Amino acid sequence: MSASDKRDGFVVFDKVQKSYDGETLVVKDLNLSVAKGEFLTMLGPSGSGKTTCLMMLAGFETATNGEILLDGKPINSVPPHKRGIGMVFQNYALFPHMSVGENLSFPLEVRGMAKSDREVKIKRALDMVQMGNFINRRPAQLSGGQQQRIALARALVFEPELVLMDEPLGALDKQLREHMQFEITRLAHELGITTVYVTHDQTEALTMSDNVAVFDDGRIQQLDPPDKLYEEPRNSFVAQFIGENNTLDGVVKEITGDECVVQLDSGDLIDAQPVNVSKVGERTRVSIRPERVEANKERLKEGAHTIKAQVLEFIYMGDVFRTRLKVAGNENFIMKTRNAPDQVRHKPGDMIEIGWLPKDCRALDHD
Amino acid sequence: MSLPAYYTTKDKVWHYAFRVICFAIFFFLLAPILIMIPLSFNAQPYFTFTREMLTLNPEGYSLRWYQDFLGDDGWMRSIRNSFLIGIAATILSTTLGTLAALGLSRAEMPAKGLIMGILISPMIVPLIISAAGMFFFFSQINIAQTFLGVVIAHAALGTPFVVITVTATLVGFDQSLTRAAANLGASPTTNFFKITMPLILPGVISGALFAFITSFDEIVVVLFVAGVEQRTIPREMWSGIREDISPTILAVATILVLISIALLTVVELLRRRGERLRGLSPQ
Repeated sequence: MSASDKRDGFVVFDKVQKSYDGETLVVKDLNLSVAKGEFLTMLGPSGSGKTTCLMMLAGFETATNGEILLDGKPINSVPPHKRGIGMVFQNYALFPHMSVGENLSFPLEVRGMAKSDREVKIKRALDMVQMGNFINRRPAQLSGGQQQRIALARALVFEPELVLMDEPLGALDKQLREHMQFEITRLAHELGITTVYVTHDQTEALTMSDNVAVFDDGRIQQLDPPDKLYEEPRNSFVAQFIGENNTLDGVVKEITGDECVVQLDSGDLIDAQPVNVSKVGERTRVSIRPERVEANKERLKEGAHTIKAQVLEFIYMGDVFRTRLKVAGNENFIMKTRNAPDQVRHKPGDMIEIGWLPKDCRALDHD
Repeated sequence: MSLPAYYTTKDKVWHYAFRVICFAIFFFLLAPILIMIPLSFNAQPYFTFTREMLTLNPEGYSLRWYQDFLGDDGWMRSIRNSFLIGIAATILSTTLGTLAALGLSRAEMPAKGLIMGILISPMIVPLIISAAGMFFFFSQINIAQTFLGVVIAHAALGTPFVVITVTATLVGFDQSLTRAAANLGASPTTNFFKITMPLILPGVISGALFAFITSFDEIVVVLFVAGVEQRTIPREMWSGIREDISPTILAVATILVLISIALLTVVELLRRRGERLRGLSPQ
């Protein structure tokens, strides 16, 4: 991304810093651009600064340094109630003393909209989340999932161009959460709204987003579409945080272009793709996804690298087999294989040979 | 209702003793108040039951003390004064106390403990000291023996109750609601009147009720600060007892008890209805 189109985004964070106490920075030099209509997820562990970024965008916190732009205009000095941004809160924040209809009517009333127009919009918003029959209920009479839908409808009813969501599905059970993930992405794309979504759930981030910004320690560690993020993590943190990941520690022995040789601490030499290692002799952590590891010789691709492994545990999970191996001294090396007729079910104690392609094996920083 | 079979003799004795103690406590609290009611219908100018009253002879009863009360300009004026001062002091202390509680509940408010302590000090400082202080201060600024002076003095006494009840309500107040309202486009003023106020209203009403009753039955400050024109019901009763002992004050007391019961019932019903409407309590 070049410097010029950086400020062209619909939402832009330009060198934003945030400190609550004037000493430690919760957000350090944040640069981010969200295109119109994009679904961006801020993903990260708690305390990584992602919620603070959302709060700065909504106007509940002010940036200590730097500028936030919305549609090209700086909004640092615009109070929250004049930003016109929709928001879904973690605990829904529905007004308990108002009915569902009154909750949805609130943003329209404060905008001085006529009653007949309000009724049309409220009905449309409720139908959108399939809650048309609940207009006269009070929030206390609704289940968690229903409250969630109302909160979503309320954030959309005044037709904002930007909607923020702060871990909106955190309190729902798994099945409902998966259903709502689908509903939210469908609505966001249908209405063409720009969405900034905050979560610590990586599945949510991968399944819903156009782009994911992985936060840690007040910085964006990587900003990429889900597939790129998962398959090409740029550093150890991202590799560990997104999906399951096997790591092997070692030292870089050779680097030639986009290939390198790593000597593991056990002495084994393996081929890997250098990602953020630059010189021979550097400590590195090699990352391999469990589903890219193969034990079946016939399924191994040309050029695959093989290594000896001892089976420690075999877990039958239905669609996949999960085998815990001891590889080069690492006793938590996981291999995930699809439950196919020709797939072997290993027993603890078996000595086997496993393999992977060098391009699936990424030499990352050692932290 | 039968006692559980596993009760020992000691348990049974205690079971009944507990009820006797409870009854005794209620008797202790209520008897002095309840005894006034029949006595206020005494046909004779005594504070004791006459033989006619005890034999339930209609001759022994009369409404003369009520007629006395209703026909007396001094009493009528004191009733007007009590309500006037009570209502004005309640409005003042409720407004100020609610604002103070809102400010004190903010995270960024400095010296919370100190300010809270100062605000609730009228509750803790002996009344006679507050009253004497107000008397000297109000004399200096020429508001002693005026309605304004009595209203301000009573508002100062009533404010702590409002601060305490509203602060307690705000502890359970979900701050994300005001954020949500701001996000939806509500200005801070709209936010306060449409979201915060309706939700803390039960606390505000309880505080206002306490403030009103504090003013309504207050005598010490009135003795110091009020003049003849500002005599309230307690002040009139006080001189009634000192100057001419007549059962008129029993009639007044009976009416006051009935007013208090009615007031408490109405406000409590309103408060419960409000809570139910707000979905704060289970239906």
